[in-house]
Amino acid sequence: MLIKTGNSGFLHTVASEITSQAAYNNRRDLMKLMATGVAGAAMASWASREAFAQAAIPRPGKLAALAGAKSALAGAVTMEKVTDYKDASTYNNFYEFGTDKADPAQHAHTLKTKPWTVEIEGMVKKPAKYTLEDLIKLSAQEERVYRMRCVEGWSMVIPWVGYSMSELIKAVEPASSAKYVEFISQADPKTMPGVGSRVLEWPYVEALRLDEAMNPLALLAFGMYGEVLPNQNGAPVRMVVPWKYGFKSGKSIVKIRFTDKEPKTAWNKAAASEYGFYSNVNPNVDHPRWSQATERRIGEEGGLFAKKRKTLMFNGYEAQVGQLYAGLDLKKFF
Amino acid sequence: MATVSRALPPRANTSANSSAASKLLLHKATKPLVFGLCLLPFAWLVYAAFTNQLGANPAEALVRSTGDWTLRFLCIVLAVTPLRTVANLPALARFRRMLGLFVYFYVIIHLLSYSWFDMEFVVEDIVKDIIKRPFILVGFSAFVLLTPLAATSFNRAIKALGAKRWQLLHRLVYLIAGLGLLHFFWMRSGKNDFAEVFAYGAFLAVLLGWRLARRLKSRSNLSTGAAVTVQRRI
Repeated sequence: MLIKTGNSGFLHTVASEITSQAAYNNRRDLMKLMATGVAGAAMASWASREAFAQAAIPRPGKLAALAGAKSALAGAVTMEKVTDYKDASTYNNFYEFGTDKADPAQHAHTLKTKPWTVEIEGMVKKPAKYTLEDLIKLSAQEERVYRMRCVEGWSMVIPWVGYSMSELIKAVEPASSAKYVEFISQADPKTMPGVGSRVLEWPYVEALRLDEAMNPLALLAFGMYGEVLPNQNGAPVRMVVPWKYGFKSGKSIVKIRFTDKEPKTAWNKAAASEYGFYSNVNPNVDHPRWSQATERRIGEEGGLFAKKRKTLMFNGYEAQVGQLYAGLDLKKFF
Repeated sequence: MATVSRALPPRANTSANSSAASKLLLHKATKPLVFGLCLLPFAWLVYAAFTNQLGANPAEALVRSTGDWTLRFLCIVLAVTPLRTVANLPALARFRRMLGLFVYFYVIIHLLSYSWFDMEFVVEDIVKDIIKRPFILVGFSAFVLLTPLAATSFNRAIKALGAKRWQLLHRLVYLIAGLGLLHFFWMRSGKNDFAEVFAYGAFLAVLLGWRLARRLKSRSNLSTGAAVTVQRRI
């Protein structure tokens, strides 16, 4: 048996294999940065390098599988801990089923998602009425792990399945006059008990500027956590616009309309001073009734005692979407 | 006059039920029992917090339900006097102070939950938040106004202030109830969801209405100058 003594030392490999002090310290610093959670935009880009792939997200096994290939789009897969499916599917807003965040999961089972059609209309060269089956097949399904920031001050990390809205837009060829895309949600009082309440005007309408909708991060989603969307999360097809507050992403979409005038959106109609057309996630522009500087990440380690996180500009997607708003006064166009 | 001789029988003897209820209320085990019952919501919240049963957003759940319980105890304590008079149960009066102090207990837990779980005890942020958000300001004012009431709830304070001044001070509770309700209304206004707010509001309005009606009645009795001894109602 060969026993190394202090004299013989341990066998050094070639000098080039020894980590330099500087590199060693550098790694320590990164780890410290990770541990203290002061991630910030710089960290986000570091953490989203492909080398550090998001571990496979287990399927909840509740609904039909809908697989998506890992998205290669920059910024489309955050490395942050994915929110539990249970939280993402039982704590959300979908006023068509009630205003409490527990309501959608309780009441959305009545929503009929088959058959489902999505009408494309307005200033478009190829107006169409897609069946859900055709719409799903329009482009390859991708898995995107996005941060989701609610205007109320909480956030999640959700793995969506879908494709870039731009794929659909290219397929239907908007007219050159079209400047906006409007998303109209299902509003059926028979299956949606909250429709008829006077909280909002129904149907729920959301909209994007055409160039926003063309940004590849804007996702037309059909699934989450590797399965088709649960009713309460906007089945069978919804928008996910990760750099905007959650309410900008219409659920259970039945109509997509191209127009040249800024559409009147649901929350903007209800309270224009509180919910602007853009509603980009912005820690520097507070909601009139509360600060938007921080957010509570649902399911955060430490539960009740977990510290709130600093909200990131454009929800951490500034590198991908910042150029859309160059020169725009974000305090005025909030 | 003949009418005077046809005086009404004393109300105390009208109901055997109320005397049985009085006995129960006066039982020495009743007060500790009520005390325990009042602590149940708090006990459940602590248990739920430690067993992870407060849902996806435990901080929000804790802040909201302690607020709910503050409002509920406020309704309960304001119902004591009307109930005592209408049901002729003078024994109810012995629970009023305890119930009033539970309002203060729950509002402190509410404020603590907010300061801790929402604001992480950063005083600067709390001050900014109170100034920034009217509904927080209103809720905080209600808490501030409630403090002298809780502080003067013991017998010696009543003696020191004198019954009249003490009562005047404790009339603040109506203002506090109004502020508490406004706080709740404002909180819910984001969702235009006022069903619960209106339920609490209606309940409090009935209690306040009853008190006003009683006052008007005793005033009109006074102004007729009839030979009626006006009982002091504390």
